[in-house]
Amino acid sequence: MALLEVENLKVEFPTRKGVLTAVDSVSFSVEQGEILGVVGESGAGKSMTGAAVIGLLEPPGRIGGGQIRLDGKRIDNLPPSEMRKVRGRHIGAIFQDPLTSLNPLFTVGEQLVETIRTHLPMSAADARKRAIEWLAEVGIPAPDKRFDQYPHQFSGGMRQRVVIALALCAEPRLIIADEPTTALDVSVQAQIIALLKRVCRERNAAVILVTHDMGVIAETADRVAVMYAGRLAEIGPVAQVLQKPSHPYTAGLMGSIPRIGPRPDRLIQIEGSMPRLTDIPKGCAFNPRCPKVFANCHHNPARTAADRRWCGRLSALRRGDAMNAMPTSLKTADNRTLLSVKGLKKHFAMTKPFLNRLIEKEEPQSVKAVDGLDLDIPRGQTLSLVGESGCGKSTVARLIMGLSTPSGGNITFDGIDISRAPAGSPAAVRQRMQMIFQDPYASLNPRWRVRDIIAEPLRTYGLSGSREEERREVDRLLEFVGLNAKDGDKFPHEFSGGQRQRISIARAISTKPEFLVCDEPTSALDVSVQAQILNLMREMQRELGLTYLFISHDLAVVNFMSDWIGVMYLGRLVEVAPAAELFNNPQHPYTRLLLDTIPDLGMSKRDRTPAAGEVPNPISPPPGCHFNPRCPLANDRCRSEAPVLRAYANGGRVSCHAAEEGRGPAIVPAGMEHSTQTAP
Amino acid sequence: MFVFLVRRLFQAVMVMLAVAFIAFLMFRYLGDPVNNIVSQDATQEQREEVRQRLHLDDPMIMQYGRFVANAAQGDFGMSYRNSRPVSALLAERLPATAELVLVAALLSLVLGIPLGIYTALKPRGILSQGLQILSLIGISLPTFVTGILLILIFSVWLGWLPSFGRGEVIDIGWWSTGFLTLSGIKALILPSFMLCLFQLTLIMRLVRAEMMEVLRADYIKFAKARGLRNKTIHFRHALKNTLIPVVTIFGLQLGGLIAFAIITETVFQWPGMGALFIQAVNFTDVPVMAAYLVMVSLIFVIINTSVDLLYNVIDPRLRADPTRASGRGA
Repeated sequence: MALLEVENLKVEFPTRKGVLTAVDSVSFSVEQGEILGVVGESGAGKSMTGAAVIGLLEPPGRIGGGQIRLDGKRIDNLPPSEMRKVRGRHIGAIFQDPLTSLNPLFTVGEQLVETIRTHLPMSAADARKRAIEWLAEVGIPAPDKRFDQYPHQFSGGMRQRVVIALALCAEPRLIIADEPTTALDVSVQAQIIALLKRVCRERNAAVILVTHDMGVIAETADRVAVMYAGRLAEIGPVAQVLQKPSHPYTAGLMGSIPRIGPRPDRLIQIEGSMPRLTDIPKGCAFNPRCPKVFANCHHNPARTAADRRWCGRLSALRRGDAMNAMPTSLKTADNRTLLSVKGLKKHFAMTKPFLNRLIEKEEPQSVKAVDGLDLDIPRGQTLSLVGESGCGKSTVARLIMGLSTPSGGNITFDGIDISRAPAGSPAAVRQRMQMIFQDPYASLNPRWRVRDIIAEPLRTYGLSGSREEERREVDRLLEFVGLNAKDGDKFPHEFSGGQRQRISIARAISTKPEFLVCDEPTSALDVSVQAQILNLMREMQRELGLTYLFISHDLAVVNFMSDWIGVMYLGRLVEVAPAAELFNNPQHPYTRLLLDTIPDLGMSKRDRTPAAGEVPNPISPPPGCHFNPRCPLANDRCRSEAPVLRAYANGGRVSCHAAEEGRGPAIVPAGMEHSTQTAP
Repeated sequence: MFVFLVRRLFQAVMVMLAVAFIAFLMFRYLGDPVNNIVSQDATQEQREEVRQRLHLDDPMIMQYGRFVANAAQGDFGMSYRNSRPVSALLAERLPATAELVLVAALLSLVLGIPLGIYTALKPRGILSQGLQILSLIGISLPTFVTGILLILIFSVWLGWLPSFGRGEVIDIGWWSTGFLTLSGIKALILPSFMLCLFQLTLIMRLVRAEMMEVLRADYIKFAKARGLRNKTIHFRHALKNTLIPVVTIFGLQLGGLIAFAIITETVFQWPGMGALFIQAVNFTDVPVMAAYLVMVSLIFVIINTSVDLLYNVIDPRLRADPTRASGRGA
């Protein structure tokens, strides 16, 4: 008998407009010790399903039908006091954000002990011993000291380890992990997933792993369930679902994920976006977006007898069908530099109040957010900056756009120095540079009509002409980014996230700029929508000859977008190289670490050893090369002397003593080999 | 912690010096102090003599320095009206106000926090809804109106409680207390209730709002997922987090209680500092007003400093040096 059986689960939300069904006829089972992945885009109902199983649906949400059985016993209809005893003891949960999952006012030890003693008959002393064992088990160094510390004294990754210990300390047999790594840096994500996998395997605990990240599923899960609009689209063994998807939605989803490797001109695109709960289409919920739709899809909620296919039409959309749909156009070879950055610095003062300095005799401190950065971006190409949070990549974007003033260094745009007086630099230059922001919800004024939002830059620079001309221009822009001219009279809240990002793009290109700074433009979007936006940006580059500075933490996205990639670590550029070179032949150990964190969608089952450590506190970075404490190749020179960027034969530049001395993988010094591209 | 204390003390001293300066300006320039002291038919020589004695011809900065030095020793000069040292007057009136404010503050906490928790945990119950409405009335009615209503009901109609004065008091050293006699306690009930009513409703509503906010927090959801008992979740995890902002507001409002005591003392003819102050205003008794100002400011500063210290005790995040926290806190 399966450990957990969910049968025809239905979750409802009573609202003023009637009862909304957030989860509908979902059935699955989880075996002892199995990892079941649940994937889907936001709003697919995957977290809701997890919450229903553990009995923590937020009111007014409620289970509207179906059964949930643990060990054959129904748990969906238990009274609250009985369900409480199941939680923690039989079913544990891990949530997304480790920073907010722990109570800040109690030590981690207190929180562990209270959990253990709630469920297991143990004396305080025994519980304490058990808690310390758990801290050691999840890889917390010096657990007996850490036991008495408060959550704020732990880093993000360490806190998520504590959360895992808390979820498992009463030895439950099922863990519901709801996006357990989404809030963490990429290098820490891999550590946490590996830990979760090991700890659960050792205890034969089953896991329901809810995530939007297909890569994590591919590496971790045994079986996977794909959800769409509150329904199961497909469920089956992970290799089968990911590599031979039966449902057109799964197929589209897999195709829309950018990958490492040869770079296609377009990603496969699913048109539209997930329907809102208020207007889920009749029949198969996916039918308005489905490329394989036929008449029956509009009537019957697709469900075949087989456990794994939920599509009415059994024909499968193969990955690659839509590939090469766009003709590849030749990029105009123009290597003249458009934007050049020399020795760029931005230091933020972290100085304490006067009296503190007087009493503690402390030197004034500063965070070197950007510390001596050199970059050149050739016209018509894309340079991407990657790095973990806090590495200074967004600060670079802000400095270039003149949103903050550099502490030192130069920025030249097409030969004009724009670094000295950002606010006062000639409007003619500013008009040629625009920016697309990360959050499409916060970057559009909610009280303005879309037409005014898009026309604002035109008006600012006096380009709008007559009202009629302005109207025509805005209509043209809206259609260019794939919206309807009629949409101009609506307000931003009437659009989905992807559509809003299209509006941001229309606004950014309204002044006909040559250069766009894109700061994580798709990180707030679902993958199918991300594919639409990335495709649009590539098209714009081809048609308008735009130059991009693209900022992202997602290496696969960067691979799809870039000609050049710069890797940043704690305010410094550690490596910059042509995109293909960087992926095929990374020089800097940190670049290799980052590449190693990319989950493998190809299911090669290669064994990744997650990188140890986390990004250090930027106020007091390690001396010498900032990366030395985490670097496997570090020696005494690395610990004392900061390396500088040196050119290498692959056309890139790297700042690493190990690479220079040949301690790392073999590389050819510059000049020994003919290179076709000049280093940026 | 040491640095924190030194910084706090430094700020406190600066505030007190500024307040003392205002008090000094009042004392020195609100009318001619000589006119207020000598009798109407004093001769020019007598006036000059007083002027000399009070050093009123010295440069202003010296006079200010002397004022601060005297004030620091509790010497605010003589009251114009009673011709007694102001400090003696204040010391005489302090116990009455202190006891009134203390009882009112305790009442507002002892009633406000449990009521706030109750209305947060059972937001849809009839009792909660009723309390919400009552608290709205309490927060919007002017306190003197509720005071007069209380007198009307409990003193005039029912005749249970006295409508004015402190009742019998017993002297313990220089402190006179009303806690030890039945009539003293009975006399305290109405004024302290009137004084605390605003506080009580404020704390109840604040606790309710904070508690409901905290109950939505991720760590509460995670505590539920760990299967902790409701009692543990509500009173251990949620309550402690709720109390952090409540402590701040309570500290600020405690000062407010002393200020509002003026109205209460007037309505109930309570022989406290507030009543003394009103008298002083009526007779332009500037030394008493100046001393009251300094005194109330001192209490405010002490309360706020203690609240900051208390914060450190409740919230471990403030104990740590922010620049030394591990990870990416900055």
